[in-house]
Amino acid sequence: MLNKEQIAQRIARELRNGMYVNLGIGIPTLVANYVPEEMTIVLQSENGLLGMGPFPFEGEEDADLINAGKQTITTIPGSVFFDSAMSFGMIRAGKVDLTVLGAMEVADNGDIANWKIPGKMVKGMGGAMDLVASAKNIIVAMQHCSRDGKSKLLSSCTLPITGLGCVKKVVSDLGVFDIDHRGFVLLERAPGISVETIVASTEGRLFVPDEVPEMTF
Amino acid sequence: MNKVVSNAQAAIFDVQDGMTLMLGGFGLCGIPENLIAALVQKKVKNLTCISNNAGVDDFGIGLMLQQRQVKKMISSYVGENAEFERQLLSGELEVELIPQGTLATRCMAAGYGMPAVFTPAGVGTEVAEGKETRVFNGKTYLMEMAFEADFALVKAWKGDTQGNLIFRATARNFNPLMAMAGKTTIAEVEELVPAGELDPDAIHTPGIYVHRIFQGNDYEKRIEQRTVKPR
Repeated sequence: MLNKEQIAQRIARELRNGMYVNLGIGIPTLVANYVPEEMTIVLQSENGLLGMGPFPFEGEEDADLINAGKQTITTIPGSVFFDSAMSFGMIRAGKVDLTVLGAMEVADNGDIANWKIPGKMVKGMGGAMDLVASAKNIIVAMQHCSRDGKSKLLSSCTLPITGLGCVKKVVSDLGVFDIDHRGFVLLERAPGISVETIVASTEGRLFVPDEVPEMTF
Repeated sequence: MNKVVSNAQAAIFDVQDGMTLMLGGFGLCGIPENLIAALVQKKVKNLTCISNNAGVDDFGIGLMLQQRQVKKMISSYVGENAEFERQLLSGELEVELIPQGTLATRCMAAGYGMPAVFTPAGVGTEVAEGKETRVFNGKTYLMEMAFEADFALVKAWKGDTQGNLIFRATARNFNPLMAMAGKTTIAEVEELVPAGELDPDAIHTPGIYVHRIFQGNDYEKRIEQRTVKPR
């Protein structure tokens, strides 16, 4: 089973040189730690920054310089600031190449639910609905099953929807999946995880090719 | 033309109970601290507040929530505030959650004189309930209306006596959009300079959108998530 760091590490393998990438809060944020040295990736933070740098050194925090998770960050050479309308404008216009975000549930048609659990305190969707409705390429980082063992890769989402038919790829703790007309297409298994385990853990339609390689780290 | 007022209290003299206010900022970054303090002091109530977030328990809009001055919040994310949660669950506070890009764009539309915009955000979700949709090139979009706000309260880094504004780093966020969208826009700035001192090419918000301006003081600029790396 992949831990959070490994999920992030596996997603980082989808990065290509020169991509503009928006990373959501949680596991997606960790992807930034695994960008290959030789690669230039420009991170977009939807509160109004392209070219997000690492956390500042202690004592150099700037209250005016935060990311969408409200963490203090830094700029890098080539960084640029803009307002929130332009930020979502570039997202809506498809200029951001890749969006990585977490999910509570994903359906085999690409629907995603990640903003609300009815009956619990609802904090809001933030930028998630804008991102999923417009991003060209969305990869979801998530746990395959809930704590009580229920599949979160479903035939249809049970929680309130964030966006319809938008997820292209899922990296869970059990494997890597594309989503197309066949449903979840199993591409890779986590180390030590069998195809049978993945079949048993996936409620949505699952297509299993003849060869399913095991991931290596 | 004199847009310069002495302080926040003077700037909000005609803000009244039941009005709709826009407040700039993302989290606690770039919020109009002085104007919020003046609203708390003035004790205006039954306000509808359009702001991306609702502050934290003891800062930002959270201070207004403590005094029960807010009737309704229109925000995209409100997760950092226990008093907010209490008022919401007890029914004292009404909240309308909308996608962050939609919030920004509805401000922008108001400032650009457009009654509505079309966005794909929220299609197929509960955000779409009761809203008109249209299909363009095979994709469905929601019609979202421009906001109407009695006042926009914004915070800029520098401003001049003409009301021209320059923002700093990610404290820009919703501020220039809301500045364009208020029927009356009030800007508080860290540094107020005479007209002519700001480079016209560097100004983010033209003063035509700004009706009142003053230099704020005692900026706390509280940090919500202080993240650092070792030296």
